[in-house]
Amino acid sequence: MDLTLYVWRQKGPDSRGRLEEYRAKNISPDMSFLEMLDVVNEGLIKSGDEPIAFDNDCREGICGMCSQAVNGVPHGPQKKTTICQLHMRHFRDGDTIYIEPWRAKAFPVIKDLIVDRSALDRIMQSGGYVSVHTGGVPDANTVAVPKSDADAAMDAAECIGCGACVAACPNGSAMLFTAAKVAHLAKLPQGQVESSVRVCMMTDAMLNEGFGSCGNHYECQAVCPKGINVQFIAKLNREFIKAQIKK
Amino acid sequence: MILDGKCPSGPLAYKWSKHRQEMKLVNPANKRKFRIIVVGTGLAGSSAAASLGELGYNVEAFCYQDSPRRAHSIAAQGGINAAKNYPNDGDSIFRLFHDTIKGGDFRSREANVYRLAEVSNSIIDQCVAQGVPFARDYAGYLDNRSFGGAQVSRTFYARGQTGQQLLLGAYSALSRQIKAGTVRLHTRTEMLDLVIVDGEAKGVTVRDLVTGAIKTYAADAVCLCTGGYANVFYLSTNAMGNNVTAAYRAYKKGAFFANPCYTQIHPTCIPMTGNHQSKLTLMSESLRNDGRVWVSKIRGDRRPPHEIPEDERDYYLERKYPSFGNLAPRDISSRAAKEVCDEGYGVGASGRGVYLDFADAICRIGEDKIRERYGNLFEMYEKITGEDAYKQPMRMYPAPHYAMGGLWVDYNLQSNLPGLFVLGEANFSDHGANRLGASALMQGLADGYFILPYTIADYLARTKPGKVNTGRPEFIKSMEDSETLTKKLLSINGNKTVNEFHRELGSIMWEHVGMARSTESLTKALNLIPGLREEFWKNVRVTGSEAELNQELEKAGRVADFLEFGELLAIDALHRNESCGGHFRTEYQTADGEAMRDDEKFCYVAAWESKGPGRGPELHKEPLAYENVGLAVRSYK
Ligand SMILES: Cc1cc2nc3c(=O)[nH]c(=O)nc-3n(C[C@H](O)[C@H](O)[C@H](O)COP(=O)(O)OP(=O)(O)OC[C@H]3O[C@@H](n4cnc5c(N)ncnc54)[C@H](O)[C@@H]3O)c2cc1C
Ligand code: FES
Repeated sequence: MDLTLYVWRQKGPDSRGRLEEYRAKNISPDMSFLEMLDVVNEGLIKSGDEPIAFDNDCREGICGMCSQAVNGVPHGPQKKTTICQLHMRHFRDGDTIYIEPWRAKAFPVIKDLIVDRSALDRIMQSGGYVSVHTGGVPDANTVAVPKSDADAAMDAAECIGCGACVAACPNGSAMLFTAAKVAHLAKLPQGQVESSVRVCMMTDAMLNEGFGSCGNHYECQAVCPKGINVQFIAKLNREFIKAQIKK
Repeated sequence: MILDGKCPSGPLAYKWSKHRQEMKLVNPANKRKFRIIVVGTGLAGSSAAASLGELGYNVEAFCYQDSPRRAHSIAAQGGINAAKNYPNDGDSIFRLFHDTIKGGDFRSREANVYRLAEVSNSIIDQCVAQGVPFARDYAGYLDNRSFGGAQVSRTFYARGQTGQQLLLGAYSALSRQIKAGTVRLHTRTEMLDLVIVDGEAKGVTVRDLVTGAIKTYAADAVCLCTGGYANVFYLSTNAMGNNVTAAYRAYKKGAFFANPCYTQIHPTCIPMTGNHQSKLTLMSESLRNDGRVWVSKIRGDRRPPHEIPEDERDYYLERKYPSFGNLAPRDISSRAAKEVCDEGYGVGASGRGVYLDFADAICRIGEDKIRERYGNLFEMYEKITGEDAYKQPMRMYPAPHYAMGGLWVDYNLQSNLPGLFVLGEANFSDHGANRLGASALMQGLADGYFILPYTIADYLARTKPGKVNTGRPEFIKSMEDSETLTKKLLSINGNKTVNEFHRELGSIMWEHVGMARSTESLTKALNLIPGLREEFWKNVRVTGSEAELNQELEKAGRVADFLEFGELLAIDALHRNESCGGHFRTEYQTADGEAMRDDEKFCYVAAWESKGPGRGPELHKEPLAYENVGLAVRSYK
């Protein structure tokens, strides 16, 4: 199939960006979206132009590195699918596709489709852990954890940290990202000891990094490639209130 | 030179504890005077950096991605082994050790493997304490599954995302140390060179991938945790950025490269669809617990799978290996798949594929249970192929996956260059000629949490902290060399893209140095690779400039190294006149097509030393002694 692409090109953080038009020709339905861009890039290099810069690494939907909005939707049209796992069989010959970077105040563009998401790392550094040292821990089966809690913790822990939730949110909030970590650890006995401190630290960090607050739009869940549920935001809120009462 | 692995003496079970007693310690007040560089933040690097930071050392950690959480450890699906024996099915440290030695086809060091099995249990304890949400049973205790090459259930897992959860655990420990100020993190930074001062590793030269700036860092020791080199085959299950650059440039600076020919081809990957293919996707080996592998008994059968009656199906793994069946080790399963396809029984449009069928398991335990176990894998399969594996069998084909070979290290994980430590997939140490499933995660975390923190102290305690700084001529030279290389790549301005060269190298490697190798094929590869490399340096086109984010330049540097390393891999494969594990030489096989080792001549680690441009590498040998398991012909029948 042949496609027309409008791709965001921006030389550097301080340059002005613009949408450029490209043709993608002879695209096979078996290609992934990023393989389609590879083909376009090979063409650009051959004709002496600079290829489109975009983040990607695992190309199997787990590292969270890929980050493109397709026709305005982070990770594109297919539900629960990262852009690297989106395949061209979901497009039709003659389609026009708009490709843009994540748009959020806390994610400045570095180049073309690549943004700086280090703010998410800093939220994690503020408290997204159990303060355990290497060694000196009890046998793994000392504490039984109800299967339902372990499963719920895993549901939250599946977050790949891609930032699509932020890009989709009208407020640029990182609430779903933060809530997923808070809920994951609060569901497990190992994480409960620090859960009050954690929720306060992480929420503070989130606000300090320039992320907006949650307005219950739930766009985040709709675009999340792992389908992280917004109920974890409610869990974060409960943990937050509990922490305030304790104070 | 005969190399010494420096394994402690004494009975196997006491070697590590005895060694720990004997190693020197660095006192707490002195620790903060030492600076340690950790390159790579996958399981090995994150766990090492976090543990060293906790101990009070100053750590500089580097990775090429935008966050430590994105290292390719994240992609491991199946699980992690430990000798907990929770299921009470007869597991023990010795059995895990024995399985790993046997799985490695008797080409690994006994003392290392035993230690690995010994610390395996602490890893699970550690990860649970960090909040890793491992799968649990209804009583709330940890669940186990079985994996290829073992007859006990010793694999711990977190749905189909074990690597992700373990890495997020290590990343959380690392994040805590970053906040505490003991670890300084440098993301989007690529190591280009190792700096050696007076024969010892004392720093690195790196490129800031955002600004393009080339900088140097000095330290008291350097740890490389930079992962494996399966991308030398171009198509592999590795991430796009996985490379041999850090390890290879250390090799060029004098570190020995061990057993590069030991590469693992994973039996269950989604078959490729065309030339556009940029990577291959693995479907966890754990699927073989419930999936049955088969092809039609009729050559070139084009009927859809459900129209092929039971008695016209060849469950060839169950037929050839009745006691392990679908759980035969990876090298054996991969070769068996290649054989049936070579003979014309392959399935799918390309004929390069075999079925992995869940119909029986769905009948036996129900679709829900299968969904619970492998839901995300089935989803992934559907996304890539557009097929529903609950309704029709998956199609699978082997793909390059893992590197058993790597930089040579002794029992302390120290290379022949003092001060250089190598951890995780980047070293060669524990898996011999073939790695068993679920033991790479175990090894990466063992190295980082429980081995390096002890052994590095023994080295540091014998040195003076802060001995060198980046003002030394060695650092300035290294930086200039890296700049020159970068400029050279950008100046060629030829007609072929970096990807085209990588793809060509990959097809040489896969055709001639892949699953089955021969003197003829290897000689051919050794003729082709230098020509391709020469062409690369004349005709590659790298767009853009050095002073900016430039992904073509990044790729070009990595492919340039693969073009040299591929040759080293083939040289090693050609010299090893035997078949063992992942290294299969067609001249050396039994009448029924099994690998034939030559213990008389090849029971050693081959460690190659670079002799500089234009000169072949020199071989050093570390003899392997088996004192606790008898050298035996591996049998999974
Ligand atoms: C798809 C897949 C599934 C797997 N499943 C399993 C499984 O179920 N069980 C199991 O035990 N094993 C499994 N493995 C193997 C296992 O995941 C890896 O061997 C292991 O995770 C490697 O960890 P590592 O820390 O050594 O390297 P990696 O996780 O690859 O990390 C490498 C690090 O080095 C950095 N780096 C690399 N080069 C440079 C450079 N030049 N400069 C700076 N930084 C650099 C990267 O940024 C990264 O941080 C699987 C592997 C794959 C590919
Ligand atoms: S590239 Fe890893 S999730 Fe898309």
